[in-house]
Amino acid sequence: MQTSRFRDGVVAGLPLALAPLLFGAAFGVLAVDAGMGWASAVVMSATTFAGSAQFAAASILDTGGGALAAIVAALLLNARYAPLSIAVASIFPGSTRRRLLESQLIVDESWALAGRSGRFEYGILLGVGVLFWLLWVGGTALGTAVGDLFDPEAIGLDAAFPALFLALLVPYLRTRRAIAAALTAAAITIVLLPVAPAGLPIVAASLACLWGLRR
Amino acid sequence: MSPVWTVVLVVGAVTILLKAAGPVFLGRRELPPRVLALVDVLAPAMLAALVVTQAVGGDEEIVLDERVAGVAVAGLAIVLRAPLLVVMVAAAASAAFLRLFL
Repeated sequence: MQTSRFRDGVVAGLPLALAPLLFGAAFGVLAVDAGMGWASAVVMSATTFAGSAQFAAASILDTGGGALAAIVAALLLNARYAPLSIAVASIFPGSTRRRLLESQLIVDESWALAGRSGRFEYGILLGVGVLFWLLWVGGTALGTAVGDLFDPEAIGLDAAFPALFLALLVPYLRTRRAIAAALTAAAITIVLLPVAPAGLPIVAASLACLWGLRR
Repeated sequence: MSPVWTVVLVVGAVTILLKAAGPVFLGRRELPPRVLALVDVLAPAMLAALVVTQAVGGDEEIVLDERVAGVAVAGLAIVLRAPLLVVMVAAAASAAFLRLFL
């Protein structure tokens, strides 16, 4: 069995374990601030299990962008999981139900760590995935519990989120097309912010991905 | 259904399908190159739009406040290769500091 590789996966994920715990908690705090309530925040962490999309959805709800904008932005951010999951498709054994369940453990970190040796390892992906899922959901529950204790503006939480998105953005800016798409999206957003209803600018900005078709 | 639960359930359901795309639905087949090319730049585009809305977004207006200083500090921290959490704490702390003393 893959038990030993599963354990290796848990061990490989441990040095990074603080991140899902603290980010899960940060998501819980933001979700409460956005009026989501603890149950919807925890359910979202358990089912969506993808940080940037969850933060995007919660922050759009928080600023009054509406459900549709939150859904579109979150799903566009998660579109990358189609190619990521296709890349690791062959390592998942067993029945359809088992593959459906275990494929939910694909997150950026488990995917990256599982492929570190040059070929994707099933046990590692599962080990890192289970560890991160538990910490992410647990962190979220913790965050929703303490979220009410803080005034989000007094602790600068509203500045922490653009900072997070910026830090997530920078590693993507390795190709000309990515830089062009990011600048175009930022420009569309700036132009539309003062004139369009909240939520629309971010959806319109997705048109910037047409840069991807340029050779 | 409340807007919040609509978001939670729709995003959750579609994300589950996206993650299952390879292992359950497509197997080892590959996505068409044009689709891959679009997906490739979707994340940077959406993240850039999120940086802007979260840093200067208001209620149908552009608001320049302590968040901008926080993001500038974050940019500096990113250039100095600080870990993600340090970047966030630096941005929050500088915005909170400015609010407290200015």
